[in-house]
Amino acid sequence: MWTWFHRLASPPHFFRLAERWLPWVGVTALALLAWGWIGGLVFAPPDYQQKDAFRIIYVHVPTAAASLSLYTLMAVAGAVALIWRMKLAECVLVATAPVGAGMTVVALVTGMLWGKPMWGTYWVWDARLTSELVLLFLYLGVIGLQQAFEDARAAARACALLAIVGVINVPIVKYSVEWWNSLHQTSTILKLGKPTITMDMAVPLYAALVGTFLLCAYAILRRVQNELLWRERRSGWVAELLR
Amino acid sequence: MRALVAVMCRELRLAARARSDWLMPPFFLLVVVTVFGFGAEPNDPRLSAFAPAILWVASLLAALLTLERLFRADYEDGTLEQMMLAPLPLYLSAAGKLIAHWVLTGLPLVLLSAPLGVALGLDGADVRVLVAGLALGTPCISAIGGFVAALTVGLPRAGLLLPVLVLPLIVPVVIFGAGAVRSAQQGLPVDAPLYFLAAILAVCLTLVPWVLSAALRNAVD
Amino acid sequence: MLKIDRLSLSRGDRVLFSGLSLSLSAGELLHVRGANGCGKTSLLEALAGLRRVASGVIRTQPDPLPLHWIGHRNALSASLSPLQNLEFWAGLHGADAAAADAALAAVGLKPAVRKRAVRSLSAGQKRRCALARLLLQVRALWLLDEPLDGLDADGIALMADLLRAHLDGGGLVVMTSHQMLPAALPGVRELALDRLGSS
Repeated sequence: MWTWFHRLASPPHFFRLAERWLPWVGVTALALLAWGWIGGLVFAPPDYQQKDAFRIIYVHVPTAAASLSLYTLMAVAGAVALIWRMKLAECVLVATAPVGAGMTVVALVTGMLWGKPMWGTYWVWDARLTSELVLLFLYLGVIGLQQAFEDARAAARACALLAIVGVINVPIVKYSVEWWNSLHQTSTILKLGKPTITMDMAVPLYAALVGTFLLCAYAILRRVQNELLWRERRSGWVAELLR
Repeated sequence: MRALVAVMCRELRLAARARSDWLMPPFFLLVVVTVFGFGAEPNDPRLSAFAPAILWVASLLAALLTLERLFRADYEDGTLEQMMLAPLPLYLSAAGKLIAHWVLTGLPLVLLSAPLGVALGLDGADVRVLVAGLALGTPCISAIGGFVAALTVGLPRAGLLLPVLVLPLIVPVVIFGAGAVRSAQQGLPVDAPLYFLAAILAVCLTLVPWVLSAALRNAVD
Repeated sequence: MLKIDRLSLSRGDRVLFSGLSLSLSAGELLHVRGANGCGKTSLLEALAGLRRVASGVIRTQPDPLPLHWIGHRNALSASLSPLQNLEFWAGLHGADAAAADAALAAVGLKPAVRKRAVRSLSAGQKRRCALARLLLQVRALWLLDEPLDGLDADGIALMADLLRAHLDGGGLVVMTSHQMLPAALPGVRELALDRLGSS
């Protein structure tokens, strides 16, 4: 198990492995997204209550899920980077932040666009939206911190600490915003209850969900490759690769 | 224990020679609250509804003013390296500095918030909740802010980066702190938000010194 | 005892030096020389445990070996007096508070000077304050980065006395210095860090 771990962590080995996987990841992501989005946006029946406006979930739900998962991934990579001083984990951490921030922005924007027809306003101080916004600030903080450093390794370790503190913070933020909202007795939010979802609505959603995660994986792997090339630009395997 | 006292003692001695460092935050709080008063209509009754938010945000910003300098002088003159090599573990010397920071900036803000709360139209019971909330919340600000100050010590743009990194981390503290006062204003029970603040403080006290010392080591390395 | 085995250090992605092996036993002083930027300070930092090593090992006996570190910065708070600074270090190291005044006297700072703000002292006086830390407590290993910086002839002679007493007592010293070492020190070994491998 440990030899496998160490082999994976070696930059040239990981680079070649990623090179081999990337086309498959990319093609599967595009295929699933095409299926999910065409199925969801064109073929799925309109919702009985929300009409066609509900279709935004085919973008909103996957990106929102990805934004949270990627932050967790960042914190896990950070912990690995701090504990085992693994260069690869540092690269993953640094590569994930912009992708996660992008997903958060898309989730926020689609959430607001959805909010307009549903709640009658673009922004409500709802628990989910607000904590998503704080999540965006946390992502931007990690990116800003990383760019302030000159030394790549010191930058990655500082970001790792910030990501770990942030990941402890996210549930506290979520909980506090929920408590804060319950104090407000929000009446603007349309309670949807638990709408049952039909199969021809659900299947494209799952496809879009998996597709979005694979798309993120593609972007992250590419960024990790770039980061590895840059960091190891003076080493033999990079020179050999670029020849 | 003697070593911890030595750290705090040094902070207080340094502060005694740089009075503006710890006189500025309460003065800043006073100015911000006054300017808020000018921004509203004279004797606007709605001001008291916003008083918790105003006082909390102003206290937070006042505490942020001093955080950037928390480790900078020690970093620049080599004291930080010496602290890392001392027999006292770094997380304890860092904790000593944080306690001193709270005594010098957090505590004055807590004390000053009571008259300012009255000036903004809070009544006696609400002011008590405000003070209790700040007493629990300002140590969290010192701790989390100290962690971020340690992350950014030695960076050229630390002054800009620090508030941007601290504010999202401090959101829950502001929500529960200001929320407790609003609960009091609406006649709702206030123990829940205050307990939450105490819980956050407990988490800060146990975790922050460790991540903070890791951040300091990273800055020196 | 201090033993370095195939040590390599790098700063950023620049390798400072590699393949340094040596061992230092009680009563020996290692004088590290070399051009600016060849990694003298980094070597000292690595020995102190302040800097991560790129490869190789540093072993001490006992482990950890208690050490005093004098960096090129004096680690003095400018607004406090030498005495207050030293009292802080004494407290942090668990030494006697009375040791602070004695240490300052031993490095030749007059009582009046000990109570002035460090800001108003000369570079040499500040350096003496920093060196006074060595006397707060007995520690086997001294890591000194340019300890003679700013010292006058009298100060250099004083430093030589401190070093001699420490070495005679079985201590170890690793120091960098651009200046020639004061003569007549026992157990001095020279290391030219920029000529590793060629010698």
